[in-house]
Amino acid sequence: MKKPLNFILAGVGGQGTILASDVLVNVGLAAGYQSKQAEVHGMSQRGGSVTSHVRWGETVYSPLVGRGDADVLLAFEKAEALRSLRHLRPGGLAVINMEALLPVTVTSGGQPYPPDDHIQACFNQVSKAVYLDGAKIADELGNPRIANVVLLGALSALLESWQFTPMEVNVETWLGVIRERVPPKYIELNQQAFHAGREAALLQASNQT
Amino acid sequence: MIRLLSGNEAVARGAWEAGVAVASAYPPTPSTEILENFARFPNVYAEWAPNEKVAVDVAIGAAYAGKRALAVMKHVGVNVAMDSFMYASMTGMEAGLVIVSADDPAMHSSQNEQDNRNLAKFARIPCLEPTDSQEAKDLTIAAFGISERFDTPVMLRLTTRICHSTTAVELGERVEPTPDNCSEPKKFPRNPAKYVMVPGNAIRRHPVIEQRIRDVAKIAETFPSNRIEMNDTRLGIISAGVAYQYAKDVFPQASFLRLGMSWPLPEPLIRTFAASVEKLIVIEELDPFIEEAVRLMGIPVEGKSIFPLVGEFDPYIVRESAIQAGLLPETARQPVVEVEVGELPSRPPVLCPGCPHRSAFYILNKLKVPVNGDIGCYTLGLIPPLNAIHTCGCMGAGIGVAHGAAKAGSPEKHVAVIGDSTFFHTGIPALLNVVYNQSPVVTIIMDNRVTGMTGHQQNPGTGITLQGKDTVEIEIERLVRALGVRHVKTVEAFKMDEIETTLKEYLKLEEPSVLITREPCALLPEARKRWIPLEVLSEQCNGCTLCFRIGCPAILKSDELDAHFQRPKACIDPTLCTGCEVCAQICPRQAITFRPEEHALEVSQ
Repeated sequence: MKKPLNFILAGVGGQGTILASDVLVNVGLAAGYQSKQAEVHGMSQRGGSVTSHVRWGETVYSPLVGRGDADVLLAFEKAEALRSLRHLRPGGLAVINMEALLPVTVTSGGQPYPPDDHIQACFNQVSKAVYLDGAKIADELGNPRIANVVLLGALSALLESWQFTPMEVNVETWLGVIRERVPPKYIELNQQAFHAGREAALLQASNQT
Repeated sequence: MIRLLSGNEAVARGAWEAGVAVASAYPPTPSTEILENFARFPNVYAEWAPNEKVAVDVAIGAAYAGKRALAVMKHVGVNVAMDSFMYASMTGMEAGLVIVSADDPAMHSSQNEQDNRNLAKFARIPCLEPTDSQEAKDLTIAAFGISERFDTPVMLRLTTRICHSTTAVELGERVEPTPDNCSEPKKFPRNPAKYVMVPGNAIRRHPVIEQRIRDVAKIAETFPSNRIEMNDTRLGIISAGVAYQYAKDVFPQASFLRLGMSWPLPEPLIRTFAASVEKLIVIEELDPFIEEAVRLMGIPVEGKSIFPLVGEFDPYIVRESAIQAGLLPETARQPVVEVEVGELPSRPPVLCPGCPHRSAFYILNKLKVPVNGDIGCYTLGLIPPLNAIHTCGCMGAGIGVAHGAAKAGSPEKHVAVIGDSTFFHTGIPALLNVVYNQSPVVTIIMDNRVTGMTGHQQNPGTGITLQGKDTVEIEIERLVRALGVRHVKTVEAFKMDEIETTLKEYLKLEEPSVLITREPCALLPEARKRWIPLEVLSEQCNGCTLCFRIGCPAILKSDELDAHFQRPKACIDPTLCTGCEVCAQICPRQAITFRPEEHALEVSQ
């Protein structure tokens, strides 16, 4: 991997964005890369926008990914996906969880929330996006809080099928890092969620092409 | 062992490995996690001080007593500590003293973006600046060495991006204090010529510290983190801090002089580098600190004519600035597809559902009084629809500002609003002044039983220390009475009627008064156990929208319209509502339920 691989993770506080980026940066380290991560959030408590930058490479300098320089956008929420679109390079991979978390500016402030066809039209101008219902998959597994791991599974499969990562970043690397970060009684659930995400992503990607 | 650590975790690790014995801080975003992590290491003492000045004095005392000591603060915290910071430079210490200043370019959580390298220079002390977490750890350890070798405090200057970025760090072992490097408490020094800064002594110390910084400049020449990386000689870049990383991404071919010590500067090294490149530029965030010093050496250099003075950098900003200045060709620009994404819903910071500050702000807005605010979660009382904060400058400012406005003959009664932790920080002397010089300022102390905005740190009011020990719990009401305030009342923060009645009564007084609104932050674990969502009785609601005026994220417009007015009725998101009953108390049609009797709100004792 000559040029670093740049990720942007975007979500809303409470969705597990930070945990997902912690897994991602450690997967990079476990695969033998230089790996850096930067969290970008202001005075957000619950419900604020959260963005995290992750970079893997032989040599990585900046912890931040510049505008138009992300190879991969992993979005946990639809409107946040659109907010981070300017980071994605043309032809980059976007994995979007089609969940809507309405801020108070929409629910009582009268601001519009972007409709699905608008989101898809915007992404179509830049790249091919893969749309997933991570919340539904997580619910089927019996725990709505596991959606972030579902999305990591989806990301791992798509990185392979798009040939963004070499072979050493395999499923076991991902699961090893995840296992180190969850309590023992949740390991099985996390593994199921990861694999469910992989299957859903590959199915979705083949349907969309 | 290699671990991924944030810059904050790396500084904590470095301080521990360096054998630091005592650390003190006020919880400071973006560097709060330094002390939270340091406090968990074995064989260390760590504390939250009421403010940064106290924290620096504590660290100085420990260093006078012969133990390595650390004080941590954000950039504006150094302003609070400035008096102590300056005398520490004058006296030096018996053991190493490092003061961490976490600057906040782009003001992610601050009132300004001052560049504290200026303050290191101002105080004649060295300033070290890491470019990543490994260097954050290494320079923390190096700072103690420099401090002891030259008998000087050292500033370790971080920025938000260094604090909150995670990069690989090689872990080392702690160098435990030994009898040689003072594990046994030494006899406290009796050396008034050095440690008592009366004018006669101070005047003899001043030349000492001027010579000291010249001596440090000599080792800056060979300091390992100051180093030349020669490459293409057509462009030479001097850089420091995280800006170095952005510059390396954007100019992979250029030659670099990276400075891990940004004060004092290694002048011969800079001259050597400048002479070996055709064009010299400085890439640094915020002030042209290095640039101006290089220009004073008579070396032609550019910096802020190319790169922004304001805000933080990233690779995109550095690249665009370089292209616009002709340093890079247009073809260096990343291909970007401009997409019109339209208006996106903003997610502004708001008071959380169930926040105990909301009730008083709703009433203050209703009373239309001028409110001089302070720094904490409650600054969010400024946001519509509450609109109830009219000034906010820095920690502890509100009470003094209200007093000054009153003394200037402001035609309205002024209310000062301050949180529990900020009151302990710098509110106490300001309230003392209101009492001493008698103004009819009404001070509201919003006591949510914790330091909230920085993430639930302990403070003198909580009865627990940073390292988890039980301690004396300061009672704010007794403290306020001891300051001489005669009209004082503590009210449960969700009792709207009582707050309103008390405020109206106090606003009629011609002397100082204090209202304490007390209720634990709704996000504290104990408070979470009491969450019970309320409901809107749809048949009672006529869509009057009054409940929207408390600005609670849990109150939504429902799809159902009132038959008569055709207005959307209110509904409550049960996943967000905590059952604080503020909305239920103001609903004119009793359309919002109260908590069931057996779960009635309890007195927060």
